[in-house]
Amino acid sequence: MKTNNSKILIDIQNVTKSFGENEVLKGVTMQLYENENLVVLGKSGTGKSVLIKCIVNLLEQDSGLIKVIDLEVTKNDEENLLAIREKIGFLFQGAALYDSMTVRENLAFPLTRSKKKLNVENLEAKIIEALENVSLPDAIDKMPSELSGGMKKRIGLARTLITNPKILLYDEPTTGLDPITSDEISDLINFTKKKYKTSSIIITHDIKCVKSVADRIIMLKEGTVYKEGTLQEFENDQDAYIKSFFN
Amino acid sequence: MKKIYSFKSSKSRLSNFREKFNEFLIKIADVVAFLQIIFKNTFSKNFEGQEFLKQCYVIGNKSAGLISITGIIIGLVLTIQSRPPLVDFGAVAMLPGMVAVSLIREMGPVITALICAGKIGSSMGAELGSMRVTEQIDAMEVSNANPIKYLVVPRVLAATVMIPLLTLYADVIGIFGSWLGVNIKDDVSLTLFINQAFASVEFIDIIPAVIKSFFFGGVIGIVGCYKGYNAERGTESVGVAANSAVVTASLLVIIVDLVAVQITDLL
Repeated sequence: MKTNNSKILIDIQNVTKSFGENEVLKGVTMQLYENENLVVLGKSGTGKSVLIKCIVNLLEQDSGLIKVIDLEVTKNDEENLLAIREKIGFLFQGAALYDSMTVRENLAFPLTRSKKKLNVENLEAKIIEALENVSLPDAIDKMPSELSGGMKKRIGLARTLITNPKILLYDEPTTGLDPITSDEISDLINFTKKKYKTSSIIITHDIKCVKSVADRIIMLKEGTVYKEGTLQEFENDQDAYIKSFFN
Repeated sequence: MKKIYSFKSSKSRLSNFREKFNEFLIKIADVVAFLQIIFKNTFSKNFEGQEFLKQCYVIGNKSAGLISITGIIIGLVLTIQSRPPLVDFGAVAMLPGMVAVSLIREMGPVITALICAGKIGSSMGAELGSMRVTEQIDAMEVSNANPIKYLVVPRVLAATVMIPLLTLYADVIGIFGSWLGVNIKDDVSLTLFINQAFASVEFIDIIPAVIKSFFFGGVIGIVGCYKGYNAERGTESVGVAANSAVVTASLLVIIVDLVAVQITDLL
């Protein structure tokens, strides 16, 4: 949570990004502090997903600066980029499980490709621990096609957590899920923060999820930061645009 | 009188052409960069051997049945079509040799490559395209796994290795089909047929055909992976990637064959 002497983990300064004529981000400045859940809220097409993809350099910003734990995000320095991505876990909107692999292989994949090599016993223990954290130990030998949407999200989160990242980026974690499963995912986000002391950026337009997980909220509108504050500040705001979200 | 061409329209046509030409050059640069990155990752450490073997199995398993049927039919048809003129010239004894040479030098490699362009090229385009659309490739990238090394290099190498093997298999099956074709009208033992067929085949017939098959394999693998890996977002683009992979790979196989024939002719 943000306090006066909180450490900045992600620092985004005046970032712009366009796709052809379409200017999606028009100078976004924001920070993620240590041990906080920062929700980025906004209508579809306001550049929320583009912003977090810029953080891991899946997309490159046109201008502006992004720093992750004092390392500047730039495609030109491969070692730097590897070091940044080691610190970040990314949960994609559709979970992005590798559909030709079993759940076990999906979870083993990032571990077997990391610099720190694990022996078979340690690898198996880590996979089982990760699945127990998301309450799905029985899914270990299933294929992604055999899982429901909520289960896929949980397995996706387990795969993200297995490398012990300091920062988590959630791209619309509750989209397309029923209310009960959405609540379970929100609980899991809170549980992850508590257990692993992670800091997260959560992209969403699901207000129920916002109310459940947010320590701080940034609202984007037309590619710029419209308002920044706590949940209470947003709920008490009389601005019509903000009210349209919270009522 | 209505003016068909105006200065303005020809000017806009010129700028349109310039734009298209620029896009074409950018595409070429993109392909070159893709080839460079494949080459770099092929010779870097931590080769994905298991994935390479899996892809070899997939390519062989997927195409063997189709190539068997096509090979037999090609051998059979070539024999049935060639027999009457050879009978007219009293040269029917040359039939096994003629069919063997045309199968080994041209029909076997090209037919195999075209079948594989359809079967393997489309499957690579669709598989990688769907992985791109569902963000699986992005997920690999952010987890510090190199998707080129894991997805592209094993597929390209497997296609490069397996297509020459499938070509040799198609040649053998085609010759067997030819023997069946000969036996419709005559009665020739398989041993005699093979002896007659291989009496006409020389070393120079086999080696260039095998070498060009490696190139066909490389082209099919690279095109399939390039189209899939660079698919646009959206489900429609998976179909577009698969379709475009087949068309481009088939066309490039024919072009590579043309170049290979010219080079062989010089030897």
